[in-house]
Amino acid sequence: MSNLTHLTIKDALKGLENKDFTALELTQSHIDAMAQTKSLNAYITETPELALEQAKASDARRAKGEAGDLDGIPLAIKDLFCTENVQTTAASHILEGFKPQYESTVSQKLLDAGAVTLGKANLDEFAMGSSNTTSYYGNVINPWRRKNDDKDLTPGGSSGGSAASVAAYTAMGAIGTDTGGSIRQPASFCGISGIKPTYGRCSRWGVVAFASSLDQAGCFARTVEDNALLLRTMSGHDPKDSTSAKKDVPDFVAALNGDIKGLKVGIPKEYRVDGMPEEILKLWEKGIEWLKSAGAQIVDVSLPHTHYALPTYYIIAPAEASSNLARYDGVRYGHRAQESDLTDMYELTRAQGFGDEVKRRIMIGTYVLSAGYYDAYYIKAQKVRRLISEDFTKAYEKCDVLLTPTAPSAAFAIGENEDDPIKMYLNDVFTVPASLAGLPGMSVPAGNDKDGLPLGLQIIGRPWEEETVLKVAHVVENLAQFKLLECGDLK
Amino acid sequence: MPQMIKGDTGDWEIVIGMEIHAQVIARSKLFSGAATEFGAAPNSQVSLVDAAMPGMLPVLNKKCVEQAVRTGLGLNSKINTRSVFARKNYFYPDLPQGYQISQFEDPIVGKGKIEIDLPDGSVKEIGITRLHLEQDAGKSIHDQSPTKSFVDLNRSGCALMEIVSEPDIRGPEEAVAYLSKIRMILRYLGTCDGNMDEGSMRADVNISVRKPGDEYGTRAEIKNVNSLKAVQQAIDFEARRQVEIIEEGGKVNQETRLWDPNKMETRSMRSKEEAHDYRYFPDPDLLPLEFSSQWVEEIKQTLPELPDEKKHRFMDEYGLSLYDASVLIAERSRADFFETVAKDGGDAKLSANWVINELLGILNKNEKALSDSPISAEQLGGLIKLIVDNTISGKIAKDVFAEMFASGKDAEKIVEEKGLKQVTDTGAIEAVIDEVLAENPDNVEAYRGGKDKLFGFFVGQVMKKSQGKANPALVNEILKKKL
Amino acid sequence: MSLDKETVKKVARLARIRLTDAEVEKLGPQLSNIINFVEQLAEVDTDNVEPLANVADINLELREDVVNDGNCVDKVLANAPEKTQGYFVVPKVVE
Repeated sequence: MSNLTHLTIKDALKGLENKDFTALELTQSHIDAMAQTKSLNAYITETPELALEQAKASDARRAKGEAGDLDGIPLAIKDLFCTENVQTTAASHILEGFKPQYESTVSQKLLDAGAVTLGKANLDEFAMGSSNTTSYYGNVINPWRRKNDDKDLTPGGSSGGSAASVAAYTAMGAIGTDTGGSIRQPASFCGISGIKPTYGRCSRWGVVAFASSLDQAGCFARTVEDNALLLRTMSGHDPKDSTSAKKDVPDFVAALNGDIKGLKVGIPKEYRVDGMPEEILKLWEKGIEWLKSAGAQIVDVSLPHTHYALPTYYIIAPAEASSNLARYDGVRYGHRAQESDLTDMYELTRAQGFGDEVKRRIMIGTYVLSAGYYDAYYIKAQKVRRLISEDFTKAYEKCDVLLTPTAPSAAFAIGENEDDPIKMYLNDVFTVPASLAGLPGMSVPAGNDKDGLPLGLQIIGRPWEEETVLKVAHVVENLAQFKLLECGDLK
Repeated sequence: MPQMIKGDTGDWEIVIGMEIHAQVIARSKLFSGAATEFGAAPNSQVSLVDAAMPGMLPVLNKKCVEQAVRTGLGLNSKINTRSVFARKNYFYPDLPQGYQISQFEDPIVGKGKIEIDLPDGSVKEIGITRLHLEQDAGKSIHDQSPTKSFVDLNRSGCALMEIVSEPDIRGPEEAVAYLSKIRMILRYLGTCDGNMDEGSMRADVNISVRKPGDEYGTRAEIKNVNSLKAVQQAIDFEARRQVEIIEEGGKVNQETRLWDPNKMETRSMRSKEEAHDYRYFPDPDLLPLEFSSQWVEEIKQTLPELPDEKKHRFMDEYGLSLYDASVLIAERSRADFFETVAKDGGDAKLSANWVINELLGILNKNEKALSDSPISAEQLGGLIKLIVDNTISGKIAKDVFAEMFASGKDAEKIVEEKGLKQVTDTGAIEAVIDEVLAENPDNVEAYRGGKDKLFGFFVGQVMKKSQGKANPALVNEILKKKL
Repeated sequence: MSLDKETVKKVARLARIRLTDAEVEKLGPQLSNIINFVEQLAEVDTDNVEPLANVADINLELREDVVNDGNCVDKVLANAPEKTQGYFVVPKVVE
């Protein structure tokens, strides 16, 4: 039965429908896989009992012919989504033990479609990080290893647990969030695909906020088609989120027809950054060739302000975070330092509750918003953000979609890049610009580096054109013939 | 003339600007669907949004926007069809988000002006700087435990309008007049109940002093000024304090001070002042608020007649004095009451007198509100009609009025039952006059001898004999003839 | 720009995060590095550029004024570290 975990969501749905197996069996096999891969630390909270209950209910629904779009499919939920009566930590000590009395809109939509939730996936604390090493609940280990090297690698971040769980076959799919690359970079590091839709496509209600103007929910799966299935269910307007768009949700699955004849694919020259490994450049070239061979037209485009995306992001995201995280004060929920003086209580609650990276970002955010600096930093960053957004608008006058590498490197070893925050930030150099512009972006695994580690290509689309993004990613997926992690590869 | 402070070095002018926080009348909160009623059980009117649970998001209440626009129109102010909500960041236990959603650079209402009425009968214009929408905070209760404070978030997230004035106010009298006028306008508009006891209206007062003609002095912001009396007292105290400091060679600190109504003094809130840096920035959970000028126009069409318009109309249409008009327009319900009385009574000036001097007087004495008056506007109009058409005299009317207040009966009925109808039959009056003249020959003699003042004596005697029912004008007329 | 110790302490106070002296020592250079990194933006010509606060190209939707939330004191207090009689409890606030 163990090969049940290797099915795609699409095939699993077929199998369930054909009564080849039950949701209970499918779920149990994933729970078993979770037990075998505990060392990956992909989950902060596992909910096997809840999952089995949900699976039983799913089987009952299917028997009655009332199965939903994802009925019986076991998924991992990034522990940034609030889940009713299930501990939600954002990987922070400050929320340890917090049990929300509500379910996030996105996870509720999945539950409504019949999905089974296996547990809460590990992440960087408050989604701040690119290596999943800032979690209070320990590092997540990438199920991939370098050839001839046994070092534990990072799964990327911040949605490291989500990506690792799907790559390691302990979940058929996972939901994550992407603020500056937190879905696309871990997808690339873990050799699976992941999509961040247009800002406003999925509701942020019930998602622990990091940077409100950038945060967007998305998903991971081992195929592009499975991503399309998940995203179709997660998307849609939510009157409880003022930034969620009133747009119809297209049938993302139907968009995967392989027809990209005449589609104009833009190649932004500014993404050829100094020091990028040769093998990534080569993979990018390959991607261009694949799309050309499928009938797409390749266009050179320029996104002149690309270089300024990271500094812009590292003003805007911390500024918003410094305010969003002010609510963690020990008064209404979460950790509280037992002090008799109010200011001591506040300062020690937050000193004990937040980890170093979170403290750094709160401090940076507080500083750039403080009197005398607001215009020089925050307003300046918002202006550059507009220039970055306009770069894309202009590029899309010449092309329909952009193709770039997802990250400047393959997965690195845990502990690397830790000495210098800036070095860590550079991981997001290719993902942050699309985040700032609110554009849909997807990473699809396309090849391996010299150590055998997966490398992803990124497809960035126009606002609300996830269909095009998925379609192009699907073509890359078909032509790249990327080999997923084998069961036997799992340590 | 503005009130000055006499110092050792001459007169000082008090310069005042006010920030009024007015709670918006709406069923639900500014950004959540929780109720806003006063006095509910602790934390019972709190949604997960108001409690700032992780991942909760604000959704703006349309009614609150409409109320702010209404108020802006009532304050003759510019309505900004695009405004921006910003976060004001600070930590306090009754501020669950760790920030207050407010408006900073782009408020919903811009510059405007209102008229205030001063006790000497003059009118002064006060500039409105802006009005913006913001969230109220919760309430911390400090007196339940020696070591703990209790937090109730029922108020947290209720909509407030902050109305900021220009520093056009000079002295406590003008400040009181300004606050009263704002309160009156909001109540007319139905955008705030103006109930200062329940905290639905609160004022912060910015005060500085200067020698007339000089530049503005350094100002102190006085918080917790929550009644008209407190406004008067706090300004008196603070202005004197500042004058004393300056005249002793010191400098006024720019700071926030708290009015202590028990000790009757302001004191520094230095603890709060420490390191305040609100780090305003546009709330990324909300997009800019935009609406059409057509919608503003639609709201404009629903505005009631406002106090100043009404005041001018009462003076023009009814010939009332500024004082009478001002008293009558103080409450919309009072003005409406008066207009009904005037319509039914047929004499507006007389109606104004009766409403102001008799009805409001007796209500006040009985600690009753106009809405609880045992005499309805129609009934009072009925009484006045009886005076106007000479059915009863003004004097009798006062007795009838007292009876009406006690029993709630109609004037006509009381007059009927008690036979109080005025005697206008000249024959009957002549008969009484003849009697009186016959009974007082000496006085008749004296009057005719030149003692004019005795005329009043005869009138009095006649009225007495007729039990006040004789028509005084006729009595005068006939007496003159007979004498 | 580099952040001196006093600035680090001041920012930490504003953010209500207690720092040890050692942390202040360590954070100063780290934060300065980040600030120096973001100061690259000064190179960009942003004259006549409007700040972009949110990319969502949608209008702010307003809700009708109906009471459809609240009245859930149990949920509100469910995770409170300290509560009594329907209130959250905190160390005494001294004015």
